[in-house]
Amino acid sequence: MSRTAILYVVLLAMACIAPFVGYPLFLMKCLCFALFACAFNLLVGFTGLLSFGHAMFFGFAAYACAHSAKVWGWTPEVAILFGTLSAGLMGLVVGWLAVRRQGIYFAMVTLALSQMVYFICVQAPFTYAEDGIQGVPRGKLLGVIDLKDDMVMYYFVLAIFAAAFALIYRVIHSPFGQVLKSIRENEPRALSLGYDVDKYKLVAFVLSAALAGLAGATKSLSLGLATLTDVTWQMSGEVVLMTLLGGMGTILGPVVGASAIIAMGNYLSGFGSWVTIIMGATFVVCVLLFRRGIVGEIEHRLGKKKSP
Amino acid sequence: MTEIFGIPIQALMGQLTIGLVNGCFYAMLSLGLAVIFGMLNVVNFAHGALYMVGAFFSWMLLNYAGVNYWFALILAPIGVAIVGVIIEKTMLRWLYQLDHLYGLLLTFGLALIIEGIFRHNYGSSGQPYELPDVFRGAFDLGFMFLPKYRAWVVVMSIVVCLATWYLIEKTKLGAYLRAGTENPKLVQAFGINVPLMVTLTYAFGVGLAGLAGVMAAPVYLVNPTMGSGIIIVVFAVVVIGGMGSILGSIVTGLALGLIEGLTKVVYPEASSTVVFIIMAIVLLIRPAGLFGREK
Repeated sequence: MSRTAILYVVLLAMACIAPFVGYPLFLMKCLCFALFACAFNLLVGFTGLLSFGHAMFFGFAAYACAHSAKVWGWTPEVAILFGTLSAGLMGLVVGWLAVRRQGIYFAMVTLALSQMVYFICVQAPFTYAEDGIQGVPRGKLLGVIDLKDDMVMYYFVLAIFAAAFALIYRVIHSPFGQVLKSIRENEPRALSLGYDVDKYKLVAFVLSAALAGLAGATKSLSLGLATLTDVTWQMSGEVVLMTLLGGMGTILGPVVGASAIIAMGNYLSGFGSWVTIIMGATFVVCVLLFRRGIVGEIEHRLGKKKSP
Repeated sequence: MTEIFGIPIQALMGQLTIGLVNGCFYAMLSLGLAVIFGMLNVVNFAHGALYMVGAFFSWMLLNYAGVNYWFALILAPIGVAIVGVIIEKTMLRWLYQLDHLYGLLLTFGLALIIEGIFRHNYGSSGQPYELPDVFRGAFDLGFMFLPKYRAWVVVMSIVVCLATWYLIEKTKLGAYLRAGTENPKLVQAFGINVPLMVTLTYAFGVGLAGLAGVMAAPVYLVNPTMGSGIIIVVFAVVVIGGMGSILGSIVTGLALGLIEGLTKVVYPEASSTVVFIIMAIVLLIRPAGLFGREK
C-alpha cells in the first residue's frame, strides 16, 4: 500500500472510533462543514475560481431537504438527494451567469447572487423566516433503519462524507481534474490548447454546488434544523476561511480547516461578538503570513526534506 | 390627488427621492471602489465597514465631543482616511505581488474585525443622529414635498462625485494617477513617488466612503451592520457598471438607486432583489458591464 492510502485508512479508522471519544453531534457538524469546505475547495483550490456565495447552495439545500423531510414526509436518502439536486440546479443557473466574468468579478457576481437568494429565503413562506425550519425528523433510512439515535446517524453522515470525499479525490486526479488545474494555472493557455474553458468551469461549478448542497442537506437532517444563518454572506465567508486556514488546493486542508473553525466556534460561543473579531483576525493572519494553510504548510515542510 | 398608473404621485415621488439618496451613496461608494481598484488592483471589501466607521465617527464627534455636523463632514472622512493609511501601510502593501483574490480576502477579514468591534461596543441596535437645525423641514415643490436634508445629500454627493471625476480626468495629479494605473514602473522611473501615490489613493477612496457615511448618518440609524448591507449591493452596482469608467460608476449608482425606489412603489416584494436581477440581465447581455473594459 502506498503512503497516502495508509494515511486515508488510518484517518477513516479514526473517524469510525471518534464518536466513542467525542460528541457525535459535534462530529457530525464537523463532517458536514468539512464536506462543504471540500466542495468549495474543488472550485477555489483546483479551478482557481473564488466563489463568495457558496452559502446559497449549502443553505438552500438545507431548506429543500428539511422541507421535503418534514412537510412531505420523504425518507432521509430521498430528501438529501432532493436537496443536492436542487443545489446542483441552482449551481447550473448561477454558474452559467458567473463564468462570464473572471477573477475578482466572479467573486462579486457570486456574492451578489447569493445575497439575492438570501432575500428570497427571507420572504419565501416555506423557510419560516427568522424561525427557520425546526425539528426536522431524521426518519428511517430506506424505510428500515431508524436514524433517531445519534450514533447511527453519525455513521450515516460518515458514509456520505466518505463517498463524497472519494468522488472529489477521483475528480481531482482524473484527466478532467488536470484540465481544471491547467485553467487555474494559465487560463489563456488552456483556451489556446483547444479546451472549452467556460464549459469546464461550469461543470466544476455545478459539481461543487451540488456537493455543497449535499453537505447542507445532511446538516439539516443531522442537526434537525435549517435556518437563515446557512444562507448569509457570513456563512460564505466562513467556508472561505475554513479552506484558507486548512490550505487551499490541498486535499485534506478543508477538512482540517473546517474542524478547526467549528471547534473554535464551539469554544468561543460564550464570547459573543468576539467570535466575529477573532474570525476576521484569523483571516488577516492567514492572508498575510500563512497563505499555504495548515496542511499546505505541512506538505511544504515534508516536501523540502524529501528533495534537498 | 393625482395618480400615475394608480399610484399616488406623492408616494411615488417620496420613494424616488429615497431611491435617489440611496443611489448617491451607491455612486460615492462604487466610485471609491473603482478608484482603489484602478490603482491597487484590490477590491476593497472593507469599503462598507469604513462607510459605517465614517457614520460612527460623526456620531461620536457629536455625542462625545459636541462637534457639529459641518466639522464632522470634514473631520470624520479624514479620520477614516487615516485608518486607510494604516491599513495600506501595514497590510495591503504586502499583497500587491500576489493574486488579486488575497486583497479581497484580507479586506473581508478587516471588515469582519471592524464590524465586530463596533458591534461589541454599541450592540446591533441603531443610534439616531440628530439632524442639524438648518435641514429641518422640506421644500414645497408644488407636486411634492422634498425634505431639505435629502436635497442636500443629492446635491452634495453629485458635487463630490464630479469633483473626483475632474480631479482624476482633468488635473496633473490625476494624469499621474492614470499613468500609474497603466504602468507603475515607468511612472516611478520618471521620478514620481508611486508607493506614496498608492497610499494616498487608498486613503482618498476610503475617505470618500467615510464622507458617504457622515452624510448617511442622519438618514439611517447609525448601526454596525449598515456597512455590510450596502457593500454587497455596491458590488452588484460595480459589476453592472464595470470599474473602467468613473462617470459610468456615478451614473450606474444613481440609476440603480432610482430603480430600487421605483420598485418599492410598484412591486415592494422585489425591492431588495431588483439590483441583483438587473445584474443578472446585464451579465447576459453585456458580460463586461455597461461601461466596462475587461482587462
